[in-house]
Amino acid sequence: MTVQDLISRCHFTPVVLADPEREVSGCYVGDLLSWVMGRAQAGNVWITIMTNVNTVAVGSLADVSAVVLAEGVTLEQPVIDCAEARGVNILSTDLPAYETAVLVHSVI
Amino acid sequence: MSEHLNFHYNVDGENFVSAGQASVQVKKNLRELGLPPEVIRRVSIAMYEGEINMVIHADGGVADVDVYEDKIVITLDDRGPGIKDVALAMQEGYSTATDSVRSLGFGAGMGLPNMKRYTDDMRIDTTVGVGTKITMTINF
Ligand SMILES: Nc1ncnc2c1ncn2[C@@H]1O[C@H](COP(=O)(O)OP(=O)(O)O)[C@@H](O)[C@H]1O
Ligand SMILES: [Mg+2]
Repeated sequence: MTVQDLISRCHFTPVVLADPEREVSGCYVGDLLSWVMGRAQAGNVWITIMTNVNTVAVGSLADVSAVVLAEGVTLEQPVIDCAEARGVNILSTDLPAYETAVLVHSVI
Repeated sequence: MSEHLNFHYNVDGENFVSAGQASVQVKKNLRELGLPPEVIRRVSIAMYEGEINMVIHADGGVADVDVYEDKIVITLDDRGPGIKDVALAMQEGYSTATDSVRSLGFGAGMGLPNMKRYTDDMRIDTTVGVGTKITMTINF
């Protein structure tokens, strides 16, 4: 399952699609950045409602396959630019985090 | 002394909204060196946690990443307030971070434990009122 497959199967909106062929494995949900870095695995889909620029840094450093913004939260343009520069996939959905995780679980 | 690469960074203590620039640069540099992704991930996360701590707790500092043939050594040096009780600070969940820092997603009290978790060796030299120097080694 690639990030591109995930987008079509879950009807996520691509916000930044830097690496659509990245393989997806597993999922982590959380907004506290140190928990994400301590617990998420490389390749995980990371579901969050955090939208500041640190989200991009953590997504990159923790090497997740994609950040999925739940609850319809949006990014400001500088954050989008940063994700593009760092090659971090960012997707979004109007679903709450729990429903998003259930959906991801059902397709991967 | 063996030949090695050194990356040196000044970590700005002013802006904690965009903190983490040195770590992002380190990740880029290590990728260019062709190091294994898992090593890069461990170094990046340990360094990022340390860099964020220097920004939110110590008003910035300097970071050095030394790349040897079989290990990477990260050194973070600041002139901040120091850590009074290191054993307490090392506990998961212990944090003195402010609410504004927490609202950015930091301050979970997991930074030092993560640094320990992702490195093979971690040393904290700290003196209250003088500063903190953290040295982390990742072997590969
Ligand atoms: N460089 C530092 N200078 C001074 N105090 C620090 C430093 N790094 C960590 N600390 C102290 O140790 C505590 C725990 O650090 P950490 O585990 O990273 O959690 P957090 O940063 O989320 O508070 C901090 O809240 C702070 O009191
Ligand atoms: Mg910390």
